[in-house]
Amino acid sequence: MSDLSEQLASFIRHAAGARSVRVSQMRRLTGGASRETWSLDATIERGDGRTETLPLILQRDTRGAPKQMSRALEFRLLQVAHESGVPTPEPFLLGDASLGGEFFLVQRLDGETLPKRLMRDEQYAQARRALPAQLGRALAQIHTMPIDAPGFDGLQRPPDGVPAAAWSIDRHEQIYRAIALEPHPAFELAFRWLKGRMALTAPPAHPSGAAGARPDRVLVHGDFRMGNVLFDAGGMRAVLDWELAHIGDPAEDLAWVMVRSWRFGGGQPVGGIGTREEFFAAYEAAGGAPVDAAWVRFWEVFGNLRWGIICLSQARTYLDGHSNSVELASIGRRTAETEWELLSLMDAPGARSQGPGANDA
Amino acid sequence: MHDRPTVDELLRAVELLLDEQLVPSLDGARRYNARVAANVVRTVRRELALEEKQLEAEWRGLDVLLGPLPRPSSLEIMRAALRTRNEALAGRIRAGDADAGDWRALVLAHVRDVVHAKLEVSDPAWLAEG
Repeated sequence: MSDLSEQLASFIRHAAGARSVRVSQMRRLTGGASRETWSLDATIERGDGRTETLPLILQRDTRGAPKQMSRALEFRLLQVAHESGVPTPEPFLLGDASLGGEFFLVQRLDGETLPKRLMRDEQYAQARRALPAQLGRALAQIHTMPIDAPGFDGLQRPPDGVPAAAWSIDRHEQIYRAIALEPHPAFELAFRWLKGRMALTAPPAHPSGAAGARPDRVLVHGDFRMGNVLFDAGGMRAVLDWELAHIGDPAEDLAWVMVRSWRFGGGQPVGGIGTREEFFAAYEAAGGAPVDAAWVRFWEVFGNLRWGIICLSQARTYLDGHSNSVELASIGRRTAETEWELLSLMDAPGARSQGPGANDA
Repeated sequence: MHDRPTVDELLRAVELLLDEQLVPSLDGARRYNARVAANVVRTVRRELALEEKQLEAEWRGLDVLLGPLPRPSSLEIMRAALRTRNEALAGRIRAGDADAGDWRALVLAHVRDVVHAKLEVSDPAWLAEG
């Protein structure tokens, strides 16, 4: 048994008040460039002698990895999401200091996350048909979660009186100015475009989402896309990876899943497999606020810009010597994908002459 | 001068080792990273083949936007000078000079050409699919 397995068994034994715990089948999973994800089975002998084996996932920080959110807050989000009926793994235990970095354990659900399998495998034909509506429904459930649940204080949110769009653009421009190692004229064009269109395109927002106004203070998942959705032959099992969640505009999530990098070669705009129409219809039917397609286009430009800045930041993790990952190094060169998409989106018919996204939604 | 194999021929051997031997024999994160590494080698091979021609085209494009300058005498000087010129271009976009009008159209066309060149190196399939 490895050190990690032993430390984990000891932690679970104390935290769950078990007589003994054996950790087996421990293996590192693919994906997750900055934080480690492990699969394991925990065989727990209770005080009364009963024994059960739980299939678990360990989410664990590595030293030096850029930190988006504390594991305690992410665990709390999972709890509230699970209670709210959002398809998520059931949270099991929040970790302590015993592994050296923050961690938590959640239930391991059977399924697949690799988008390329979803796109091409015959066994997922039914899942491809079911997922667009399931994505819309799950997102509506997320956007109707409470935003002030106990423990949510640490969630990033726009200051009072500031539109979520303005806050998001400003925040990302600051990050971009701080981390970019070379000039990116395409990103400069995108920042100008977003700032110029914000006032033109933005429907009237009301912080509380009152009738007739568009809400821009909802729980935004922040990384709602293929790769973070667990699926099986029947479609969606769970929404994963909540570490980028924040309070903001629901259109941010609606647009993020349509960023081309999350289509993985699939031809359709929504995660490669769905049309905008079926996705938006399912979202509205499940209680999501009415979708303004032009406004979602605005956030699609933002989404591509944001993914481009994330690419720069991932590369910096390698360039600054915090990681030797070849994946992080190579992501720096994916920045060009987002620049290409930004140029296409900004140049789309109607995008320039009649204000943002007026004709191209 | 150096002996054969050339840089490209050496890299091809590394690429084949990754693709044909390491990727199939690994699993999990190692398999994934080996696949990424093979893609990195492909990117490097394409950049070695295309960089000089691409940078010259970018230089000529910037001549149109920012006014002509003599072409640098070496690739190394060209790289540094392109950075300075792109900073100037970025500064002008940021100042609003490319918000509208003929210059905007020129800037968009130039930036599209440059991004196209970057993708020819990093991910040609992105251009083919799009």
